[in-house]
Formats: sequence, C-alpha cells, structure tokens
Amino acid sequence: MIRRYENEMKLEFMSKSNNEAFARITVAAFASQLDPTIEELADIKTAVSEAVTNCIIHGYEKAEGMVQIVARLYDHTLEIEISDHGKGIEDIELARKPLYTSKPNLERSGMGFTIMENFMDEMQIESVVGMGTKITMRKKISSSEEEENKQETNRILA
Amino acid sequence: MKSRYVEEDGLLFIKLTEDIDHHETEILRRMIDNEVERYMPRKVILDFSRVLFMDSAGIGLILGRYKFCKMVGTQIEITNVKPSVKKILEMSGLLKIIPITAGYQNDFLWNACQP
Ligand SMILES: Nc1ncnc2c1ncn2[C@@H]1O[C@H](COP(=O)(O)OP(=O)(O)O)[C@@H](O)[C@H]1O
Ligand SMILES: [Mg+2]
Repeated sequence: MIRRYENEMKLEFMSKSNNEAFARITVAAFASQLDPTIEELADIKTAVSEAVTNCIIHGYEKAEGMVQIVARLYDHTLEIEISDHGKGIEDIELARKPLYTSKPNLERSGMGFTIMENFMDEMQIESVVGMGTKITMRKKISSSEEEENKQETNRILA
Repeated sequence: MKSRYVEEDGLLFIKLTEDIDHHETEILRRMIDNEVERYMPRKVILDFSRVLFMDSAGIGLILGRYKFCKMVGTQIEITNVKPSVKKILEMSGLLKIIPITAGYQNDFLWNACQP
C-alpha cells in the first residue's frame, strides 16, 4: 500500500538506558503536531518507552547496538516503528502474553507488550531470531481542539 | 529520590523521582532497599507526588519492593498518585495487593524528606 505521509522522522541511537527518556520525549514532541490531548501524549510516551527498553535489555542484552525509530503522521494518525538488530524473539505469541517475561530475575513485570497494545490502537511484532525485532504501533489522535469543540457543543445541546 | 525516617511512628517516607523507567529503577531499587535495611521501619510509604512518568519498569520496581518488604517484615503503601501513573498501576493489577492510601499531606512529606 502506498501512503502519502504528512510528515516523517527517523531517529537512531545507541542501546543505552539513558536514551529511553530521550527517545520517548522526542517522539512525543514530533507527535504534538497532531495536537494530542495530555492523556494521548502520556500514552505515546509510555508505549515508546516500553518498545525502546525492550530493544535495549532483550534485543541487545549486554551487547551494544543501534535502536531505530521511524515516526510518521498521516490522517490524524501517528505511526511508529521501533526496531533493533538484536537477538530476536523465538515465540512471539508467548512474548505477547501479559506477565510473561524471559527475565524475571531483573524484576521485569512482563507488562510491556500489554501496555503497548492497550495504550495504542494497533501493535504488531515482527521478529527473526538472530536478526532483530520491529514493533509497529499506530494511534489515531483526536485533536484536543476538536475534543474541546465537541465538549462545547455537547454543553450547548445539554 | 529523597527519604525520611520518622522514628516515633516507625515510618519510612520515600519521595520518588519524576521519571520511573528502566534506567531510573536500577538506581532506585538499590537506594530503597538500603534505606529499608538501615531503618527496618514498621511501614514504608512510597510517595508519588512528584512522579510524572512511569512505565512497566516501575511496576517491576514496586512489586520487587513489595516482596522485599514482606521478606523483612515491613508493610508498604503508595500515596499521592497522579492520573497517568494510576492508569498503569490499575492495569497491572498491583493495586489489589498494595492499595493507594490517602491522608499524607503533600507539604508535610515534602518538608519531612531529606535530600
Ligand atoms: N526487542 C526484543 N528483542 C528480543 N526479545 C524481546 C524484545 N522485546 C520483547 N522481547 C521478549 O518478550 C518478552 C516480553 O516483553 P515485555 O512484555 O515487554 O515484558 P518484559 O520486558 O517485562 O520482560 C521479553 O521478556 C522478551 O523475552
Ligand atoms: Mg518490556
């Protein structure tokens, strides 16, 4: 499918944990062009943080590699791809399950994929063992201005 | 993170930092456990009044502290949670084992916590 994007950005950084905040703040700043509500922005930040953290601790583990983010805007929608060239996921169905973690000793909660799924409209996992993992997420943004207008209309009609 | 032990009541107040993600939890975990071991309080109160962002790493952190506190015979409570953080706490089911308690005044805690 060929889509015309209204805007697009690409970000690449080393798999260091202090880049987690940098990554989610950057994507949130990019997404703010769609005029999201505060809650939508918080959801986006959380989903990005989950995916980026997974690349760092599961994809690359102790090794170092690059994490890539591509974000696109079209039709009031934010599309985000977050990928690594790390070890990949053997069993995607199992990995998606709430509370499943391969690293319980690190006090992981196993809630990452569940949060991404719940906070975004769509979440897809593509992974090849030994090659890497790509997470694609989409979220429709109800522009906060539209949201206010709707509330205003409802108030007048009530 | 700031903390304050109130000996008369056996309460250890811990005021958490603004961002609780995987990067921050590594440091927070060690600091909290150290404080608990040092004072052996009757109750630990995790104050979230300054926490603006938390992801699933925070769930792991709280669950881990819950287990640690249980092991050493200390109670644990959460207070002053903002809506965006509450959403995650609710989704995780964590509130079923550690309820959010109200009643600790913000400014009291702020003054009580030492850098
Ligand atoms: N980028 C990745 N590379 C390799 N494995 C991954 C990746 N992301 C997730 N996983 C696997 O999926 C599991 C579930 O992920 P998640 O729901 O975020 O839980 P957690 O990070 O707490 O373990 C992880 O424990 C890991 O085994
Ligand atoms: Mg995770």
